[in-house]
Amino acid sequence: MTGLGAFSQLLEIVMALLLAPLLGGWINQWRAWLQNRSAPGLLQPYRMLHKLFNKESVVAEHASPLFRGAPYIVFGCMALACAIIPTLSTDLPLSPAADAIALVGLFALARVFISLAAMDVGTSFGTLGARREMLIGFLAEPALLMVLFSASLISKSTSLTTIVETLAHRDLAIYPSLALAGVAFTMVSLAENARVPVDNPATHLELTMIHEALILEYSGRHLALLEWAACLKLFAYSCIGLALFFPWGIAEAEAPLALLLAMPVLILKLAIGGALLALLETLSAKMRIFRVPEFLATAFLLAVIGMLVNILLGG
Amino acid sequence: MVRFGRVRPGQSLDKPRLPRLQAGFFGRSERHDPYHQRVPPIVTAGGLLAATRWVHLDWVLLVVAAWLLIAVVGVFALRRLTLVARVLFPVGGAGGLALLGIALSALQGSPEVAVLPIGLPQLPFHFRLDSLSAFFLMVIGGISVGVSAFAAGYFRKGEGTPPGLLAFEYHLFLASMVLVVLADDAYAFMVMWETMALSSFFLVTANHRIVEIQRAGYLYLLVAHIGAIGILLCFGVLQANSGDYTFANMRAQQLSPFWASLAFLLALFGFGAKAGILPLHVWLPEAHPAAPSPVSALMSGVMLKTAIYGVLRVLFDLLQTPIWWWGLLLLTVGLATALFGVVFAAVQVDMKRLLAYSSIENIGLLFSGIGLAVLFSAYGMQPMAALALTAVLYHVAGHAFFKSLLFVGTGAVLHATGERNLGKLGGLIRYMPWVAWLMLLGVLASAGLPPFAGFVSEWLLLQSFLFSPGLPSAFLNMLIPVVAALIALIAALAGYTMVKFFGVIFLGQPREERLARAHDASGWERLGMLWLAAGCLVLGLCPVQFIAVIDPVTQLLVGVGMGEAIAAGNWLLVPVAIERASYGPAIFLLGVAASFALAFLLVRLLYHGRLRRAAPWDCGYPWQNARMQDTAEGFGQPIRQIFEPFFRMQRELPSPFDAAPHYRVSVGDHFWHWLYLPLAALVERLARLIGLLQQGRIAVYLLYSFVTLMIVLAVVKQ
Repeated sequence: MTGLGAFSQLLEIVMALLLAPLLGGWINQWRAWLQNRSAPGLLQPYRMLHKLFNKESVVAEHASPLFRGAPYIVFGCMALACAIIPTLSTDLPLSPAADAIALVGLFALARVFISLAAMDVGTSFGTLGARREMLIGFLAEPALLMVLFSASLISKSTSLTTIVETLAHRDLAIYPSLALAGVAFTMVSLAENARVPVDNPATHLELTMIHEALILEYSGRHLALLEWAACLKLFAYSCIGLALFFPWGIAEAEAPLALLLAMPVLILKLAIGGALLALLETLSAKMRIFRVPEFLATAFLLAVIGMLVNILLGG
Repeated sequence: MVRFGRVRPGQSLDKPRLPRLQAGFFGRSERHDPYHQRVPPIVTAGGLLAATRWVHLDWVLLVVAAWLLIAVVGVFALRRLTLVARVLFPVGGAGGLALLGIALSALQGSPEVAVLPIGLPQLPFHFRLDSLSAFFLMVIGGISVGVSAFAAGYFRKGEGTPPGLLAFEYHLFLASMVLVVLADDAYAFMVMWETMALSSFFLVTANHRIVEIQRAGYLYLLVAHIGAIGILLCFGVLQANSGDYTFANMRAQQLSPFWASLAFLLALFGFGAKAGILPLHVWLPEAHPAAPSPVSALMSGVMLKTAIYGVLRVLFDLLQTPIWWWGLLLLTVGLATALFGVVFAAVQVDMKRLLAYSSIENIGLLFSGIGLAVLFSAYGMQPMAALALTAVLYHVAGHAFFKSLLFVGTGAVLHATGERNLGKLGGLIRYMPWVAWLMLLGVLASAGLPPFAGFVSEWLLLQSFLFSPGLPSAFLNMLIPVVAALIALIAALAGYTMVKFFGVIFLGQPREERLARAHDASGWERLGMLWLAAGCLVLGLCPVQFIAVIDPVTQLLVGVGMGEAIAAGNWLLVPVAIERASYGPAIFLLGVAASFALAFLLVRLLYHGRLRRAAPWDCGYPWQNARMQDTAEGFGQPIRQIFEPFFRMQRELPSPFDAAPHYRVSVGDHFWHWLYLPLAALVERLARLIGLLQQGRIAVYLLYSFVTLMIVLAVVKQ
């Protein structure tokens, strides 16, 4: 573990924690512009977090310690995920601890804990949200794993840093398997991050909620941590997408100057990605909940076909 | 005139040291055994007392004898609950602990053989302790410690069988499982297999006055015996007409591919019936709920693994050259079983049936792992086969621990609340915190989440799938990604099922008022659950150390082990190279814990930690009650809808015009109606036809004897 490695690891974590709410704000800004209304401002998520941390936390009378501890666990999982995904550099001392499969497992751990916490209070909305979240999860998790496997088959490794290094140094040709995996990854991303067309993040109707129903009971600092964790999850998924499909610009080991360049490149890529996500959200309508399994099954099948194409065509 | 024969490592005998008369009593021992290249000597009883010269096999047999002694004491102390619960079961658990230690140290050693003159005069029992047996002895010992400790606090009077009799059957069950794993010839194997089946039958029907339990036990015994026929025939094929039923002889035989495939199919049928693969799984969801919870834990955690032991022993040890389509068949059957099991588990409303179907799923995953190992081995890719086998063996140990933990937890819930139906439980985390938090560990391990025990085996299995595009056949290469996708889907569904299981039982509001009187587990029960939970944690956090333990077993089975490859990393599991794949569960756990702690402290420091309790959010509808939470059927409804062809559903839906609306959904098994009921009808018809012979008049019977005599004389004359 070199000093530069430790520094780039720390920089990644801090930057993820600081920039993730900004990404959320940027996407909301674009959604507002595309829908011809005025946005609350780029820094609104920060103001909201500050407000929530200052507020008192109101907890249901019979909620267990699991309910109170789940926001911290979910936040910890998302922070660790952002730490091991190569966003700025591939020289990350923490990345050997978890490869692509463990990354998917990390997201699953967070999902299980938030679902259990939602079931803890025992209201109908919490259990409804838990059921829907697990339904989306059980289809989206294998699809994400298959997308990562497509990349692993090309780079002959499941270590995220090796995948990024291999894909960054390949010729600028389009691998058909990666194209299919990209489409599948976009669909999975939309589902897991509670975006239209799967779930409207700004909805107030409880019967249409999926992600919001899970955090309905939370308030104060717990809600702040969960909102931050949701921003971190979107940040992590965007960075996975960038690492797999647009890995150019990520610094490699022993290259301190490239690290300086990597940050503006990342911000530029995330800005473009966020704007495209806002465009996608504006152009789609939210699906009925019964259609979501079909949507995700399509993503799953596309990812599997991508893997098969890789084996058949060798790329 | 008792003689023991054993071999010690490093001892070679070219001629027997005793007079010919005594050596001739065990004529078999004179034969030169090409596999061992040693001949077991005959020593006198005086040599037995020199315990310092005992080998591991002697100690294991001593533990077995201790268990049998406890069983006999149990018969004599039939209704003395205190003696049984405070003395017999804990001593049995201590025996299990000793077995764990002995097996751990026996893993590294060379194979040990013993010949016991029990049984028929010319057919003594052969026992052999090699790495494969030692591994399974470790699993049996480790699980029996926790389950015996739990059982010490669990069994009580009035459960249909006196406690002393339960202790007898329980320890006989444990002893027979150990001897199955040690058996070195077909005769000993079948006797011990049958003892295992019979003792577990009596344990399953412990509460025998209930009709459903009687039926479940009968079904279990029936399928167990059908499987035993398969195993017996398999051994018959393996010994290839040489008349010698020892495993050593079977190893030496060179069977043609046809006979080897027949032996494989019979072994798959026979051991699969015990393991519970499709379509021989119907007994599992009936027998496991019917049995008392410690017995369910032992059956699910350990007895199903003896079937896995049998498959590994026959495939890799006795039939030494596997054929590729065996692997494909195992893979297909395993995946179908796993998918079936998990889909059915997600829709169950009885907590023990849910866990039983989950066991079916895990057995399916184990069979697919074995199939992958056979496939690699058939193409000569031994390192990949070792990786797949390591995943299988890791899952054997991990599943044993977390499934036993879950089953004993449901036992504690059952004793506290008297309910098995998920629709009548809920909110128990407040009244039974010990059980709830330990079960949470088991649930997280069962869902295959890092950094617990279930994830490491899943990780290793998926890694072996990723390495597989090196297979020579293009068809198989294309099949492997589809198989990997299915395994990922099955793992995700297992997560769904476990969230439903834990959430409906322990979280939310209690669905019945009397649940508020539920009491937490007693001291012995807590101890047992703590041991099993510690096992789940250790297996999850120390994969490198445990794979070093598995290494001798894979060396024995496929000739290659992962031990040297991973020996470099201490807290990091690196199967091939760090650029290829790596996993560090301890660092993972530390990372999440550090983030947790940092977030907690920083929030308290920079802001505040004030908390206020209030009523939950009711969306403006103030008459919310506990029945408005999601039920178990409701939680399983999406799975029922998506996977509808799997189920045989019967639904009664109310109409708006019903005076007394009635809702009922029952989810049934297609195999029961397509396979078992027609077979049972056929057997009944045949029996009725044969029953026509029984006319009831003595004149007719004398006529039968006369006709038979005439025919026999006519035949013999020629």
